[in-house]
Amino acid sequence: MNNILNEIGIENYIFLSVILFCIGVFGVLYRRNAIIVFMSIEIMLNAVNLLFVAFSTYHQDAQGQVFVFFSMAVAAAEVAVGLAILVAIFRNLGSIDINNLKNLKG
Amino acid sequence: MSTILIIFCFLAAITLSTAFLTIFSRNPIHSALYLVICFFSIAGHYLLLNSQFLAFVHVIVYSGAIMILFLFTIMLMNLNKENEVHKPRITRLGAIVSFCLISLVLLAVFINSKPIIGEYDITGEDYQSIKILGKVLLNEYMVPFEFASILLLVAMIGAVLLSKKEKTEK
Repeated sequence: MNNILNEIGIENYIFLSVILFCIGVFGVLYRRNAIIVFMSIEIMLNAVNLLFVAFSTYHQDAQGQVFVFFSMAVAAAEVAVGLAILVAIFRNLGSIDINNLKNLKG
Repeated sequence: MSTILIIFCFLAAITLSTAFLTIFSRNPIHSALYLVICFFSIAGHYLLLNSQFLAFVHVIVYSGAIMILFLFTIMLMNLNKENEVHKPRITRLGAIVSFCLISLVLLAVFINSKPIIGEYDITGEDYQSIKILGKVLLNEYMVPFEFASILLLVAMIGAVLLSKKEKTEK
């Protein structure tokens, strides 16, 4: 199990996380349900985390994994506040369609 | 084909397909469940890369805490199927085209940059055990670590304040 990146190759991990990130971008653009948009953002964060861990293994350095901790903490905070905002929006408007959120429109 | 490569391909297929199903499924609860499978397969990738501690933290934080938040919110909102309206066709077409373009450009860039990537060699030093990670985290990254705790506290208080029911003034 030691020569893991020799067998798989760092480029396969790069391609996997690129495609995963693009799926996240696609979800943000494609759906109107705000919860699904949030899930797509989580997918993007996970793609970046996976790349961090892959490069941390590649360089044999623990710092990449430390950054994954921080991005997980930020993701947890973001989800808590974002879902609370969604609940407040749902109470006021009755739906979470992102096309209904026009209060900040210039 | 070695065993590790087969495991990698299997996990990658699960990850990508469940990520796609998360976006495409009509029912939000189904999307949340697909997202759980996606997160578990990413934890499998972490295990494959030998970082056990991160895999555990990932399962606990993402598949545990964050997904439970998502499911609670979905069930709290009690969405019906009639609420789900799709975007106009031109926007969806634009989303598909931009998805193809972004992935094409990024993949092309990384394929062209491949010769720069050298061979992975093993130095044999221990760099990702919990002991080393804790030392790095609490020596070099002490201040960001404390700020992360403040961030989580503020987020928790903010979430409670935001979702508190307002008193009706009547």
